[in-house]
Amino acid sequence: MKELASPLRKFSLGGRLDPAVATAFACIVILLLIGSLYSRNFLSPEYLLQQLKVAAFLGVVASGMMLVILLGQIDLSVPWVLTVGAMMSSALAGYGGAGEVFAIPFGVACGLAIGLINGIGVAYMRIPSMIITLATNAVAQGLMVLYTGGFSPKDTASPAMRYLATGFAIPGVPNALVCWAVVGVAVVLLLTRTTFGRSIYAIGNRERAAYLSGINTRRVVMAVFAISGGLSAFGGVLLAGYASKAAQSMGDAYLLPAIAAVVLGGTSILGGRGSYLGTIAGVLLVTLLQSILSVMQMPEFGRQILYGAVIVLMLLLYGREKAIGR
Amino acid sequence: MSDWRFRLADNRSTLLAVAIFVVMFILYISNHPAGLTANVVQTASNKAVLLAFVAMAQALVVITAGIDLSVGMIFVLTNCLASWLVVGTPLEVGFGVLAVLATGAACGAINGAIVIFGRLQPIVTTIATGAIYFGIALALRPFPGGSVDETLADALTGRVFGLVPASLLVLVAVVAMIWIPYSRSVTGRAAYATGSSEAAAYMSGVPIRRAKFVAYTLSGLLAAIGGLFLTFFTYTGDAAYASGNAYTLFSIAAVVLGGVSLFGGRGSAIGAIFGALAFRTIGDLLFVFDFDPLWQPLFQGLVLLFAVSVGAVALFRVRNRLDWFA
Repeated sequence: MKELASPLRKFSLGGRLDPAVATAFACIVILLLIGSLYSRNFLSPEYLLQQLKVAAFLGVVASGMMLVILLGQIDLSVPWVLTVGAMMSSALAGYGGAGEVFAIPFGVACGLAIGLINGIGVAYMRIPSMIITLATNAVAQGLMVLYTGGFSPKDTASPAMRYLATGFAIPGVPNALVCWAVVGVAVVLLLTRTTFGRSIYAIGNRERAAYLSGINTRRVVMAVFAISGGLSAFGGVLLAGYASKAAQSMGDAYLLPAIAAVVLGGTSILGGRGSYLGTIAGVLLVTLLQSILSVMQMPEFGRQILYGAVIVLMLLLYGREKAIGR
Repeated sequence: MSDWRFRLADNRSTLLAVAIFVVMFILYISNHPAGLTANVVQTASNKAVLLAFVAMAQALVVITAGIDLSVGMIFVLTNCLASWLVVGTPLEVGFGVLAVLATGAACGAINGAIVIFGRLQPIVTTIATGAIYFGIALALRPFPGGSVDETLADALTGRVFGLVPASLLVLVAVVAMIWIPYSRSVTGRAAYATGSSEAAAYMSGVPIRRAKFVAYTLSGLLAAIGGLFLTFFTYTGDAAYASGNAYTLFSIAAVVLGGVSLFGGRGSAIGAIFGALAFRTIGDLLFVFDFDPLWQPLFQGLVLLFAVSVGAVALFRVRNRLDWFA
């Protein structure tokens, strides 16, 4: 009962704030303070805007991951779906003319297609999501290795992709941030204002009950995985635009941070509970953490260890299951 | 004598894995240009044994209805550690081997402790600890390098009496010394009971926590044996992210091919070993049929996708639709 009521309450910003979300925002403030002790530039508008721009790429990917986690599932195919999005869109852009026009939709469509396979596997074939997404990730990797011949692809991003990732349509506001805002608003509306969104929470709480109350749970699960694939690929398109080309292992750096951002934002890994506000907080937290670690010139191994440790610690604070037999 | 039918049914999935392997291996040998020589068998066995150890490690955890996405990283970490420690006088080498095995077991024990006492989901826990283990590996070996005692390495990767691959004998010894006593002990039976139904096992007074803890710890130990062998084959330590990920993925594929149920409670580590041998042979089939090596990642991904989809056949036997949401 309590869990069904909570998503409604959490979205009204004036209402009581979820302790996890409040903690995440508090951590952001603390990180900024620590950073400002380290360097004065940390509180400058330019730096903060730059951080928001970097956060936008993770934000887009994490939005899809959040929807999947709300179902109580997980999408481990992010790394290569993201790469597929980046490589396929730049590949089509390489043909010029109509290819450039359709580059972005094509990249996203490839991601949607892989997401759809994940969705069919999870929803209709009842394969555990973690397994089928690992498998499609491997297939996507295989396809891309075959396509590029194992080398970095030579195609470059189309001007439209570059504009989307690095341009300024509104003065002072990077386009990447606008993209994240659009995705974010769409996800919030989807979750709070549509039957589909309600069904996601219901399935995350108890799929059996959702099925018995007449929700076509399998179709919802399938659609959510497709959306997640599409958003991962869109993140890849933006990243390809940002770096002006795709690279082999560009997606590896997004799986763990995306899961971390969603979980740190208070979304239950068991599904059914969580708010988009929390995911925003999680994305900003992870981005700031990364930025501070790199400003402090923390080597790669230290970052990996810190990531893992932070995720385990935060999960131990909120993510625990009920003890069996109690 | 009267229970042979039961035993046959109980081990059906393991026998199926053995059959798949035998067919694949015959296909491989009959098309291999050199045919069945001691050399071919030695190379094949050395390659397959690595995956067999990691697959055994995965199987122990999967039997308790968990999953360990950090096995590949423990494998990489122990490889890096061994490239520092397993050198010098015979006494140093001996202690080095013990230290490497103890480290692996400790990594597994940490996973187990977090899953049991922290009550976190095995997936996120092991993704996070996997990042930590990889970070430590990277700290140990920022660049590939190091060395290993060559006498020991050559002895364990060579042939005994010029015929039998030593690595295969070690695998058999590990099965005889770890898996067989474990699976017949109270703890081992408790692991199966926990995997089939944790709540029922709890109600029957089965030592759930001990079963899970031992399973995770042994899993770390087995991954460390794998890491040690990797060092013996390559003579170096290399903190390769891609290789750690690939071994995690392949271990899941091997476990599924070997007839261990991902929902827990069914299958055996021996099945997983044959699953690993079969998976490696399938990968090598491409070479004897003269395919471009670029096809290999895609082919392995498709084999994995196929293997996990086969489990969906059980859905046709479901009478009550509510059983979909088990």
